Amino acid sequence: MITIIDYGVGNLFSLACSFEKIGEQICITSDAQKILQAERIVLPGVGAFEDAANKLRQSGLDTLIKQKAAAGTPILGICLGMQMLFDKSFEFGEHEGLGLIPGAVCPIAPEIGNLKTPQMGWNALIFPKDKPKHPIFKYVNEGDHVYFVHSYAAMQCDDSVSALTEYGAYLTAAACRGNVCGTQFHPEKSGNVGLNILRAFAEFCPEEVQL
Amino acid sequence: MITKRIIPCLDVKDGRVVKGVNFAGLRDVNSPVELAKYYSDNGADELVFYDIAASAADRALFTDILTETAKNVFIPLTVGGGINALSDFERVLSCGADKVSVNSGAIKNPDLIYEAARKYGSQCVVLSADVKRVDGTFRVFAKGGRENTGIEALEWIRRAEQNGAGEIVLNSIDTDGVKQGFDLEMLQAVCEVVSIPVIASGGAGSAQDFITLFKNVPGVDAGLAASVFHFGEIKIPALKKTLSEHGIIMRL
Repeated sequence: MITIIDYGVGNLFSLACSFEKIGEQICITSDAQKILQAERIVLPGVGAFEDAANKLRQSGLDTLIKQKAAAGTPILGICLGMQMLFDKSFEFGEHEGLGLIPGAVCPIAPEIGNLKTPQMGWNALIFPKDKPKHPIFKYVNEGDHVYFVHSYAAMQCDDSVSALTEYGAYLTAAACRGNVCGTQFHPEKSGNVGLNILRAFAEFCPEEVQL
Repeated sequence: MITKRIIPCLDVKDGRVVKGVNFAGLRDVNSPVELAKYYSDNGADELVFYDIAASAADRALFTDILTETAKNVFIPLTVGGGINALSDFERVLSCGADKVSVNSGAIKNPDLIYEAARKYGSQCVVLSADVKRVDGTFRVFAKGGRENTGIEALEWIRRAEQNGAGEIVLNSIDTDGVKQGFDLEMLQAVCEVVSIPVIASGGAGSAQDFITLFKNVPGVDAGLAASVFHFGEIKIPALKKTLSEHGIIMRL
């Protein structure tokens, strides 16, 4: 059972359909009890960081997610949901995140030369050579394409980076720390490659990775 | 590096894909759900569904079909046609659209793009512009290209970006349906005034037209076409392979 946190940010339809497609049961909820009992949590999100962070805090879901993270429940943040996992974001000011992965979310524009912002489209995954491939990527290969839409990316998080993509610079495509994982791209919009990443997350045991 | 995108466009009316479809091996070639799935499995990078409903009942049927498609297709899905208000954004987004394309709706209500971008984010707001040369200038046309609005196209597109549009679909009426290639001059002019992604539409007749497009107007991010794909005149996997052999970055 995959518990998708509904905090009023973004469209959960495709995400729900993707998990159903790979045979997973889903529960879309903002209910504290259901989240506390969740076996696996997906934190989605589209839009502005500050607005999303406020919504999480106002509903008390931030505390619940931190509690579940500490208890070892596998958590997957997607796009803005991934950015929320970090210490802070510099999107229109400076805003505090969940602090589950060390690092900061910064604008990509100063890094990417004259390329367009946002990065919108399909780009290839590159895995860091100095660490084993993370289990959520066990069914995909270096060079497989996934779908990105973002103007900000996680930086200062080298220890946690589990996939990069090249867009005028090497940008964080995925970051994982213990049981907490995040993808900047949208696996639910990335065809079979994306479905395979969601499948691997549904099978992911945090014990497989060194904490 | 980010790839160039190839995007088939499906015009849907009365629950069926219009503009002939001629595929072997599909059980029901005019079913939007089946065709979308076929494209998704055969190299399309994104899909555009265009709602050409003529009645409220037909519009309801379109949203049913959109829902059914979105359940089965896991690549980005853009919906256009009949988008005149925020409630239309809500209607198609809740059925699984990822992006919403506005055309006449933005002409009738100049605040629509701004309001939609604030509410749903720029990534979800696409301006689709039908543009034609009139006395040596580019003009925006409405009503499926039949009515000259008099609006200067480059200024219109630039303003849409400022108001929060996240992407532009430029359909050149001058080259549409002629199958002699995309409107490189018009596309270049648009790429010079905006920094958001630009999707070229109108004029694709052969694989060479796509090579020429991406080689000559590097600012263009994607090529969109309908009948050449539906009739199988251009097969997307072969097209993308050819483009890749010409040094254009593709998702293969």
